[in-house]
Amino acid sequence: MYSIAKDKLNSLYSAIAAEFDLFMPIKAAGQTNYGFWSEGAEGDIDTLKTIKSGKDAFFPQVEQLYSVDREIIPADVASGDDAEKAADTPIRTKLNVTPGKLVDHDFVIFGMRPCDVRAIEVMDNVFLTDPVDSYYQSRREHGIVVALACHEPEESCFCSVFGIDPADPSKAKADVATWVIGDKLYWKALTQKGEDLTSKVASLFEEDDADSQIEEEKAYIENIVKQLPNTDLSLEGWGAGKTDEKFKSEVWDKVYKGCLGCGTCTFVCPTCQCYDIKDYTTKNGIQRYRCWDSCMYSDFTLMAGGQNRQTQLQRFRQRFMHKLVYYPTNNDGMFMCVGCGRCVEKCPQSLNIVKVIKAFEENK
Amino acid sequence: MCDCSNSNNNDILVPHVGIITDITAETPDVKTFRVNAPGGGKLFEHMPGQCAMVCVPGIGEGMFSITSSPTNKEYMEFSIKRCGLLTEYLHGLSVGDEITVRGPYGNNFPVDTELKGKNLLFIAGGIGLAPLRSVINYCIDNRQDYGSIDILYGSRSADDLVKLKEIKEKWMNTEGVNVYLTIDREQEGWDGHVGFVPAYLKEIDFSTDKIGLICGPPIMIKFVLQGMKELGFTDDQVYTTLELRMKCGVGKCGRCNIGSKYVCKDGPVFRFDQIEEMPDEY
Repeated sequence: MYSIAKDKLNSLYSAIAAEFDLFMPIKAAGQTNYGFWSEGAEGDIDTLKTIKSGKDAFFPQVEQLYSVDREIIPADVASGDDAEKAADTPIRTKLNVTPGKLVDHDFVIFGMRPCDVRAIEVMDNVFLTDPVDSYYQSRREHGIVVALACHEPEESCFCSVFGIDPADPSKAKADVATWVIGDKLYWKALTQKGEDLTSKVASLFEEDDADSQIEEEKAYIENIVKQLPNTDLSLEGWGAGKTDEKFKSEVWDKVYKGCLGCGTCTFVCPTCQCYDIKDYTTKNGIQRYRCWDSCMYSDFTLMAGGQNRQTQLQRFRQRFMHKLVYYPTNNDGMFMCVGCGRCVEKCPQSLNIVKVIKAFEENK
Repeated sequence: MCDCSNSNNNDILVPHVGIITDITAETPDVKTFRVNAPGGGKLFEHMPGQCAMVCVPGIGEGMFSITSSPTNKEYMEFSIKRCGLLTEYLHGLSVGDEITVRGPYGNNFPVDTELKGKNLLFIAGGIGLAPLRSVINYCIDNRQDYGSIDILYGSRSADDLVKLKEIKEKWMNTEGVNVYLTIDREQEGWDGHVGFVPAYLKEIDFSTDKIGLICGPPIMIKFVLQGMKELGFTDDQVYTTLELRMKCGVGKCGRCNIGSKYVCKDGPVFRFDQIEEMPDEY
């Protein structure tokens, strides 16, 4: 175990950034969000919840998939300079596809909370299963995750419902576990990637046998978790194979009302991974990019014939059925929610997954 | 030419460039496009029922069934009905124009397993012939592997029957293949059957020793299935294909699911007993 004084964190960020791109919570204009740290930026590991989750690290909000050069060959060239033939030969379009670059250098995600780390596992089941998404895969291969314990979990948190331990990031599938206790940050490498990162910044650390402080901190956090309003949520009745019974429930008609279809929940959610593929036409060709999309939007599934999921009730039901039934059905019972509570805080209508689960509970 | 091979990135979402080598106007609003690799040959192999993402860069990309049979070793074909932005643009392209294609996607009709050795009954309506044509030609080209083949195909009018030349010259001249054509309304110059597909189905009174493969507009599928049940067919004897909006084609973009099944990956081919188990959301 190592430690570093909190007031020296800037030198740690600086040392990491000298070797790697450093992606971490940064405070700017009164908000804390993930971004790339550079000298002068205000790294903020005290704010518990970034507005958006850290999923951009592996699944960016917008990324280029490939570009297409389009060459228009005029009729006279296409027909081999035969003037007579040229008159009937249409202009031809030739295309040249250049795939987007894959990430090929290591980068560090610093200060990720255990819920957001679990969310990476959730996305892995989507992007790394056959056929593998190589854009995501290259980021996963090169990303080094430094997880951070949640010193004081907040009212909207309910990660423990999904078996996540906010007090012990060493249980998360991260490369390094850290705790902020008092005026120190404690650092423990968990994997080879974590060891390699540690060795590059070791000169800033002190050896620190902090087992008793860590145990004390864990007990402090666990005590807070016990008192949170949503940590007694029951997932009984949800999970793999519950499609029929839950889909047909009348409860949906009660809980969806008020949903504006704004999609905020899907954008702040660390596990929402639905995407759109779009073109951006430039003078010389077309950039094809992928961007986050939302199942809450009315045109998400819209086809020429008007189908399907035409009502907000259907779209609302889809989001929660996906997280609590469909995804678990396809992924050995794993839920597609990590209890980060961002949707609880950000929905303008105060609709969220906790309310949905509770409404079903009450309707039993 | 595509330079994908020079890159370290052969991602599933990066397409092949294909060149249109032939265009046949089938009906007033359906054209069949023949597509080859720019250097000749096929872009990739597929199985009957599988689909591909066809794209005009800058305009749009959509999932279409590959209507040619895998037994065609020279080229791939797509029969496309003009009904939206992308299809309108595709209809304006000429031989020699390049498009992009990626795939093949999805499952296929079980031609090598459940269908093998069986009597087959194909029922298609309008452009619904496109996905079935791949299976029909596969079965005709491997004639010894299948029993009797009945094909019931209906359209709005005689002018809307797709691939009529092939139907008359190839299908109708193959031993053990019976073709029944019908159009919705009387028309001058048409001396064949007139009436909707579901009614004709009951009129012919097919025996139930067959496996049914249906494709067409949802309303036709509904009444055909009802008619087949009246004739004594069961849900596990009948296959169809589903279609929903798709972007990725590989079960990741989150659009085309019905319950926990993704039409692009787990489908598009489903048996009716499988569809029965899905939530009613398609």
